[in-house]
Parts: sequence; C-alpha cells; structure tokens
Amino acid sequence: MVTRVEMRPDARSVAASVVDPEIPVLTIGDLGILRDVEVDGDRVTVTITPTYSGCPAMRQIEDDLRKALTDAGYAEVEVRTVLTPAWSTDTITEEGRRKLAGFGIAPPDPEHEVLCPRCRADGPRLVARFGSTACKALMVCSSCGEPFDWFKEL
Amino acid sequence: MIRTLIAHADDNMVLAQRLGEWVSRAPELELDIALANLGLDHLGVARALYQRAAELEGDGKTEDDYAMWRDERQFTNLLLVEQPNGDFAHTIVRQFLFDAYQLQLWEDLAANADDEVLRGVAAKAIKEARYHFRFSSGWMVRLGDGTDESHRRAQDALADLWRFTAEMFEDPATASYREAWDGIVAEVLEDATLEIPDDPYQRSGGRQGFHTEHLGRLLAEMQWLARSHPGAKW
Repeated sequence: MVTRVEMRPDARSVAASVVDPEIPVLTIGDLGILRDVEVDGDRVTVTITPTYSGCPAMRQIEDDLRKALTDAGYAEVEVRTVLTPAWSTDTITEEGRRKLAGFGIAPPDPEHEVLCPRCRADGPRLVARFGSTACKALMVCSSCGEPFDWFKEL
Repeated sequence: MIRTLIAHADDNMVLAQRLGEWVSRAPELELDIALANLGLDHLGVARALYQRAAELEGDGKTEDDYAMWRDERQFTNLLLVEQPNGDFAHTIVRQFLFDAYQLQLWEDLAANADDEVLRGVAAKAIKEARYHFRFSSGWMVRLGDGTDESHRRAQDALADLWRFTAEMFEDPATASYREAWDGIVAEVLEDATLEIPDDPYQRSGGRQGFHTEHLGRLLAEMQWLARSHPGAKW
C-alpha cells in the first residue's frame, strides 16, 4: 500500500532537493538522476542512477538522501541504484541548464554548440577531455580567454 | 554467466588499478585527471559486474569477495590489461587496443547479452567506451605523428603489447569482434603513421588464470589493505 502522510514534507520534493556534492549548484532533481521515490507508511524507497559508471559521488548522495529524508520524518530510508535506462545529459532539466550556465559551467546543448558562459562566444577550444569531474571537460574561450568547464554530452 | 561477468569485471578492475597508479605521476595535470577518470569508469563497470555475479551466486557474497579475496590464479582478466604502465606511450597504446575491443564488446552485449543486468551495464559502458576511445585514439595520433621521440616510443609500445591482442578474440563469443577491431585499429594507426607489428608471436592464458608475472604484484598492492584490516571501512 502506498500512502502519503500530509504532515510531513513530500518525500519526492525532499529527495529532489538534495544537492549534487560535486556540482552543488544542481540538485539531483535538476541533474535527472532521481528515478523514483516510493512512500509506504514511514518507509521511503528512493531510486537513483549514476551519471557515469565510476561516479565517486554516489555514496555521498545516498548518505545525503538518508539524512534529508530522516530529518523530514521518514523512519526508514532505502536507497537503490539502478543502471537502466542509462543516464543521459538529456535528462538535465531546463532549470538545471540555467543554473549550470549561471554558475559558469557550459551546459550540454542538444545542438552541440558550446558557448562561453562569460561572453557567450561560440567556438571554444578543448583543453582537456576530462575536467574537474568525470562529467565535465575543460574548455577555453577563443574570444575572451575564459577557461571554463563544459558539461559533456552523454 | 557468472564466469563471463567475472571475466569482464576482472578486465575492468585490473585496468582501473593500473590507471590509478598514474595519479600524481602523469606528464600533465590534465592527463593525471584524465587517466584517473578512465580508471573510475572501469572501476564502476567492474563493481556493477561483480555485484551482479555476487547476486547470482548468492551465499552472501559481495563484490569485495571477488576483488579482494581471490588470488592471482582465480583472476581471469586478459593479459593486456595487467601489463605495467611503462611510459605514457605504453599506457596509451594499452588503453587504445583495449578501448577498440570494448567498443565491440559493449555494443554486442548491450543488445544481445542473456542477462538483463549485463545488458544494462553494457548500455552504460558503451557511451563511456566511445569517449575513452576518442581520448586514446587522439593520443595515438599525437604520439605517433608527433616528434621522433614520441613516434619511437609509441611504436615500441605497440611492439611490446601486440602479443597480447589475439587473446581478446580467443573466446568464441568475442571472435567476431576481430574484423571490426582490425579495421578501426588500422585506421587510427595509419593516421598516427605507426606500423602494425608483424611479429606473429601471441601470448594468452589470462582467461584460464595463467598470468604474466605482473598481476601478482598488482594484486598484492590492491588487496593489501582489505586483507590486513578485514572489514575496514572509510
């Protein structure tokens, strides 16, 4: 039986508002790695998926989810990890893309056009395919010279 | 099925450990990060496959039982991935030869694996393998078509590692990858102005647990902590 107790904050909103430890400007809801939240009385089951197979932040996210949901009044929190369907940058929300750009990280663009988050010029140069986290590459703007992270298409 | 899962997991686990050895030692900061990232992806794949094997095997087994509590003879990884890092060219050549193989492997398994979880892992890994291949093939061209020194080192690394390539296609399940692998390897080596070695000598045995001398030392380092402090947690 799946019920919702109205006195407590909604489990899905609580789970969705947990921030990504490596890109703290994004919540896991924005990032699209939150797959499912199921409430059964005092018990919540949260299903998440990693961005990359080797994402080192999964344990931290799991821990943060437990804390957030426990604080919100859920006695039992189970966090499951699934790999299918594989995560893709397409699942980053519009809100997430805006937050990334505002934070200085070029968001993945469906048209594969990478713009400098500082001056909006196109045609940056790729400095390194692997940036400060597994999901980003390091670019430098050919126009204003700003070095910046680009959230890679996947 | 369990043997297949463990064989692929072992390939990724051992290569992840090798790549991790570069941390703080790579020629540039960007490469240090890149090699660590490749390693993390391989480690993630290995964990997912070990976890699936543990689930199928039951008995309360965990991923650590496979990674930390088996000995050299029980590891069934390909000999290629256990080869020492050598210089940067050796690491790139090893990665490139293996990436070209994993491109075929994951594409096949994502569509055709009997096990549902293995299909899922493969569907995720193929995206990463494509990215790894862009990195390693890009570096093959930069090294091969670079300076005399980088060309010589890349060619030497190819000569050293070529004898471990046929093993990837020995299993009837992977034999059909050979043709596509030959094609993409030849294409990149041509761009890189490198020669395919014509030495016919080939080594194998990894899948049966017969390893080169290098795996034992790698495992000694990798398994030391888990064995000296059983149950240790971060």
